[in-house]
Amino acid sequence: MSLSSKIKEVILCLNAGRVTLPYPFEVKPVPERFRGRPIFNAEKCIGCAGCANNCPAREILVFDPCQEVRIIKYIGRRCTYCGRCADVCPEGAITMSKEFENSTGNIQDIQQTLEIFMGTCQRCGRCYSGQGPLEALMMKGYRFDNMDKDRWVYQSEAYLDKEPAVKDIDLELD
Amino acid sequence: MLKNLCKKMFPRSLWVYHANSGGCNGCDIEVLNVLTPYYDAERFGIKLVGSPRHADVMLCQGPASRATAKALKRAYEAMPAPKLVFAIGSCACGGGIWYDTYNVIGPVEKVIPVSYYIPGCPPRPEAILYGVAVALGLVDKKVSPVQLKQVELPIPNYHPEDLIGKGEMVVYKKMDHV
Repeated sequence: MSLSSKIKEVILCLNAGRVTLPYPFEVKPVPERFRGRPIFNAEKCIGCAGCANNCPAREILVFDPCQEVRIIKYIGRRCTYCGRCADVCPEGAITMSKEFENSTGNIQDIQQTLEIFMGTCQRCGRCYSGQGPLEALMMKGYRFDNMDKDRWVYQSEAYLDKEPAVKDIDLELD
Repeated sequence: MLKNLCKKMFPRSLWVYHANSGGCNGCDIEVLNVLTPYYDAERFGIKLVGSPRHADVMLCQGPASRATAKALKRAYEAMPAPKLVFAIGSCACGGGIWYDTYNVIGPVEKVIPVSYYIPGCPPRPEAILYGVAVALGLVDKKVSPVQLKQVELPIPNYHPEDLIGKGEMVVYKKMDHV
């Protein structure tokens, strides 16, 4: 190797300067689309357990200790941070944070436990669902007499003002 | 005198042995990334060695599979006595996505005792460096278990006889059987 190439190499190395990040003392922000640890929000959660059904690693467990309380437990040991739980959550209660510094000496440190109050029906004591997807879309009824009146099928008051149906039944009974 | 100077210059320098027991090589690439000039791990005295007999730390990647569990245990036993084991990645921490297949035993802690866990799939090179810094005592760990409640137990209508007080918390006794 000639002397000139050596000199060139030295100049290259000097020009490069310092490339090493001073990492544990100064933190560089992560990329925008990075998915870190999922963070659960107990206020928004409705306890549908869709995250538990969709988790490919089966790391979100659901316990029902009594009728009105549901416990959702994120263990996070084999979580691959795929973000499916955040995608499927209808209320947006799970957000993929940008926390990646999760290393611990005790694996139970990354657990998250949610205790959710499940609203129950006063009569039967079961949990009831809220507005379903069809009701959220405000689907119009399929009955031909509803088309022009612009009424929604599931609203029972829609039949009360003119009450044709009730009269029909009465006539038949007579 | 030179010995004392060296002790001051390189306190607790770790020589690491890199053991993959059936992972997908994702974590291997991140570990090699840590040793590049960009995330220069030799600042902390970390050096990759080729034999477990020279090593202080074993970096485990991948779940303990049925074929490699014995070799992993032998490599652990070959390391000299003050030894640490780092479980890197979701597979080593908890068994990975395929934790319940026939050839996977589970996380590496089923075979060898693990002292530090670095979850991630794969963990960023920064996360691995952070784990090493936690082990060296340079930084404090950030995560802690979280418990969130919408309402306070007990709800007296349902089986109040099974709720037992445990310090400040009220615990449902039959919860483990559910």
